Amino acid sequence: MDSLLFARAQFAITTVYHFFFVPLTLGLSVLVALMETIYMRTGRTIYKDMAKFWGKLFIINFAMGVVTGIVQEFQFGMNWSEYSRFVGDIFGAPLAIEALLAFFLESTFLGIWIFGWERLSKGVHALAMWMVAIGSNVSALWILIANSFMQEPVGYTIRNGRAEMTDFFALILNPNVQVQFPHTVLAGFTTAAFFVMGVSAYHMLRKQNFEFFRRSFQIAAVIGAFAIIMVGLSGHSQAQEMVRSQPMKMAAAEALWYTEDPASFSVLTIGDLAQRRDVFAIRIPRLLSLLAYNQLSGEVKGIHDLQAEFVQQYGDGNYIPPVAVTYWTFRIMVGSGMLLGLFGLYAVFIVMAELFESRRLAWKVFPYLIALPYIANTSGWLMTELGRVPWAVYGVMKIEDAISPTVSGGMVLFTLIAFTLIYASLMVATIYLLRKYAIAGPTLTETEEPIPTLDLGAAVQAAQD
Amino acid sequence: MDLNTLWFLLIAVLYIGFFVLEGFDFGVGMLLPFLSKHEDAQKQDRLRRTIINTIGPHWDANEVWLLTAGGATFAAFPHWYATLFSGFYLALFLLLAALIVRGVAFEFRSKDENPKWRHLWDTCIFIGSALPALLLGVAFANLVRGVPIDADMNYVGTFFHLLNPYSIVAGLDTMLTFALYGAIFLALKTRGEVSERAEKAAQRLWLPALIVTVLLLVMTYFYTDILTKLGVNPGVIPITGAIAFLFSYYFIRRNQMGWAFVLVAISIAFAFISEFLILFPRVMVSSLNPDWSLTIYNASSSPYTLRVMTIIAVIFVPIVLVYQGWSYWVFRKRISGAPEELTY
Ligand code: HDD
Ligand code: HEM
Ligand code: HEM
Repeated sequence: MDSLLFARAQFAITTVYHFFFVPLTLGLSVLVALMETIYMRTGRTIYKDMAKFWGKLFIINFAMGVVTGIVQEFQFGMNWSEYSRFVGDIFGAPLAIEALLAFFLESTFLGIWIFGWERLSKGVHALAMWMVAIGSNVSALWILIANSFMQEPVGYTIRNGRAEMTDFFALILNPNVQVQFPHTVLAGFTTAAFFVMGVSAYHMLRKQNFEFFRRSFQIAAVIGAFAIIMVGLSGHSQAQEMVRSQPMKMAAAEALWYTEDPASFSVLTIGDLAQRRDVFAIRIPRLLSLLAYNQLSGEVKGIHDLQAEFVQQYGDGNYIPPVAVTYWTFRIMVGSGMLLGLFGLYAVFIVMAELFESRRLAWKVFPYLIALPYIANTSGWLMTELGRVPWAVYGVMKIEDAISPTVSGGMVLFTLIAFTLIYASLMVATIYLLRKYAIAGPTLTETEEPIPTLDLGAAVQAAQD
Repeated sequence: MDLNTLWFLLIAVLYIGFFVLEGFDFGVGMLLPFLSKHEDAQKQDRLRRTIINTIGPHWDANEVWLLTAGGATFAAFPHWYATLFSGFYLALFLLLAALIVRGVAFEFRSKDENPKWRHLWDTCIFIGSALPALLLGVAFANLVRGVPIDADMNYVGTFFHLLNPYSIVAGLDTMLTFALYGAIFLALKTRGEVSERAEKAAQRLWLPALIVTVLLLVMTYFYTDILTKLGVNPGVIPITGAIAFLFSYYFIRRNQMGWAFVLVAISIAFAFISEFLILFPRVMVSSLNPDWSLTIYNASSSPYTLRVMTIIAVIFVPIVLVYQGWSYWVFRKRISGAPEELTY
C-alpha cells in the first residue's frame, strides 16, 4: 500500500484541522485581553462580562487547538522519519524553542486565567490573558520559522549526509518568515474579528443584550477592518517574495504556462491539464508584473520554462505542482479577502455612523461571514503547501524521500482513518458547544448605575494609559 | 561535560519533570470513577467536579513538559526522535489518541448538563489517563531493554515486540505508582469526602505498587545490562528512590500527605534517573547488535545547533520554572467542592 499517499493525506488532514482552531486563538486571545484591560482601566463591569463571555468561547476553541497540536509535534517523527533525520539539525530547533517559549506560557497562564478570577487582582488577571496572547503569537512565529525553512531554505549547508545549521540568525530572519508571519497572524486577527462581529450581529438582530453586543461589535469592527487591509498588503509582499524564492509556485498559482514580460494576471482560466495549456482565459495585462515587482513590466517565468530549468538543475522528474488546486485555492483566498475587506469597511461605517439600530439586513448577513476567514485560511495553506510539491524542502529534499521507510502503508492508513474519525467526532462536539454558548449569550453582572454609552476613543485612550 | 551529555541530561530532566508533574495528573484521572461513587447522581457529579478541579489549572502546562521533551529530542538528537517515533508507531498513536480525548474532556465535560455527555467525557478522562501511564511505562522499559534496530537506525520490529514481560510489568508499575501519587495529591488538595476517600485509596494502593516495583527491580537485573552499567549494587540513586518509597508509607498512614507526596515524587524521579543512567550514553539500545545502538554521539545534532539550543535553554528554562512554580502557589489552597470553587 502506498504509505506516501497516506502520510501526505494524514499530514494534510491533521494540519488543516489544527489550523482550523489556530487563527481564532491568535486573534481572540488579543481581543479578550483588550476587553479585560478596558475593564481594568474603566471599572465598568460590562467589559468584564465581555471578557468572560468571549473568553468562554475562546477556551473551547483553545482546547481543540492544544490537542490537535500535540499530534503535529510528533507526526514528523512518526510518518516523516527520513525528513526528521535529514533536516532535524535545523528544523528541530524552532520546534523545541516554540515549546519552551510559547507553549509553556500559553498553557500556564490560561490555567491561571480560567481559575484565577477570584484569586488574583484585576491587573494580574488581565496580564495573564496578555501572556496567553503573547504565547500564542510567539508560537506562530516559531512554527512559521520552521515552515519557512521548507519554503525557502537558508542558513544551512549539506554536510555529513544531511542539512546542518550554519547560521541561526539567517534561519530566524528568513525573508519568507518576514512576510509569512504578519500575513498569518493578521489572518488570525481577521478570523477573530469576524467571529465576534458575526456572533454579535446574531444577537443584535434579536435585540438580545443589545448594548453588550454593540460594544463587542465596535471593538471587533475596528480591529477587523485594520487586520483585513493589512492581510491584503502583507499578501502582496508574499507574492513578491514568492516570485523570487519559489517561481514555480507563482506560475502555478497564476496558471502561467509560458514566461511573460510584462506578465498578465489571470482572473479566470480554464485549462486543459493533460495538454498543459489554456482553453479559456480572462487575463488582465501587466497586473501580475505589477503584483510581483510593483511596476508595470518585469518577467514572470512560466511553468514550462521552469520545468525545463529544474530538469537541468536537479535531473529528470516532474517539478510541476498540482496546478488546478494551487490556482483555485489562491483565487478563493484572495476572493474571500476582497469580500472581507468590503464588509470590514462597511462594519466600520456602521460604527462611525452609529447605525446599529437600523441595520437588520447586515445583522442577518454577518453571522454567515464567519465562514469566510476559515475558507481563506484553509485555502491559503493548501496553496502554500501544495504549490511546494514535489519538494518537502524547496530545492533540497523531495517529499517522496521524506517518509518513514519502516512504517507500512497499512499502519499509516490505520492511523489516518483513526485520526480522521476522532477529529470528526470532536468537531461535532466543539461546534455544538460553541453554538450553544454563542447563542446563550453572556451572563451580565448586576449593576446599579445605567451603562453609559461607549465612547470608543475614550476607551482606547483609557486602555493606553 | 560536552554538549551532547548536557543535552542528554536536559532531556532526561524534561521527561522526569513530566513524570513528576503529570504523574499525579494521570493518577487523579485514573481515580476519578472510583473516588466519586455515590447513589445520588448530583452528589456524585459534585465529587467528580471537585476531583477534576484539583488539576484544572495545571494539567495543560504539565503536559507541555512532554511536548518540550519531544521537541528537544528532535532538536538535539534528530535520529533518536526519528527512530523512536517511527518505531513505536502504534504505541505512540494510542498515546496521542488518549491525550487528545483527555485534554478535550477536561474542558468540555462540565459545559453541558446532560448526564450522558458528562459520563462520556468522564470515561475519556479515565482512559486518557490510564492508557498513557501504561504506554509510557512500556515505552521507557523498551528503551533500556533494547529493541530491534538495524544498521540504518531504523526500528525493524513490530508493535508486538514492544509488549514483553519486562515492559508490561513496567507499564503496570507506572500505572499503579501514578494512581498512588494521584491519591496522595487528592488527599492533599481537597477537604471532606474526597480527601477521606483519597487517603484510604492511598493506603490501599501502596502495597500493590510496592510489590510491582520490587518485581520490576528484580526483572531489571535480568532484562537490561544494569549489571555492566551500574553493578550489583546499583548505587545511591536507585537505593534512595527505593527508600523514599518505603518511607512514604509511614506518612500515608499518619495522613501527613505533604511528606508522602514529596517522597513518592522523589521515588518516581529517582526511578527514572536510574533508567537514564542505565541508558547513558546510549539513547536507544539495539537488541540486534550493540554497535547499532543510538548514542548521544551518533544520534545528535551538529555542535553548532547544540550550542544555539544550549544558550536558549539556559535563558528560558529558569523563567518557565519560575512562572509555573508561581501558578502552583496561586492555587495552593485546598478545595472543598463548594459550587463557587468549581470552574470545570
Ligand atoms: C500560525 C500558527 C500555527 C501553526 C502554523 C501551527 N500552530 Fe500549533 N498552535 C498554535 C499556532 C500554530 C497556537 C496558536 O499556539 C496553538 C493553537 C491553539 C492553541 O492552543 O495553541 C497551537 C497549539 C499547538 C500545540 C499544543 C500546545 C499546548 O499544549 O499548549 C502543539 C504541540 C503544536 N501547536 C504544534 C504544532 C506543529 C508541530 C505545527 C506544524 C505542523 C503547528 N503546531 C502548526
Ligand atoms: C497550520 C497550517 C498548515 C496547513 C494547513 C498545512 C497543510 C499542508 C498540506 C495541505 C500539505 C500537503 C499534503 C500533500 O502533499 O498532499 C502539507 C504538507 C506538509 N507540510 Fe504543511 N501545513 C501547515 C503548516 C505547516 C508547518 C508549520 C509545517 C512545518 C513546520 C508544515 C510541514 C509540512 C510537511 C512536513 C508536509 C509533508 C510534505 C508534503 O506533503 O508536502 N506544514 N501541509
Ligand atoms: C487579500 C488578498 C490576499 C493576498 C494577496 C494573499 C496572498 C497570499 C500569498 C501569496 C500566500 C502564499 C505565500 C507562499 O506560499 O509563500 C498566502 C498564504 C496564506 N494566506 Fe493569503 N492572501 C490574501 C488574503 C488572505 C486572507 C483573507 C486570509 C485569511 C483570513 C489569508 C490567509 C492565508 C494563509 C493562512 C496562508 C498560508 C500561510 C502563509 O503562507 O502565509 N490570506 N496568501
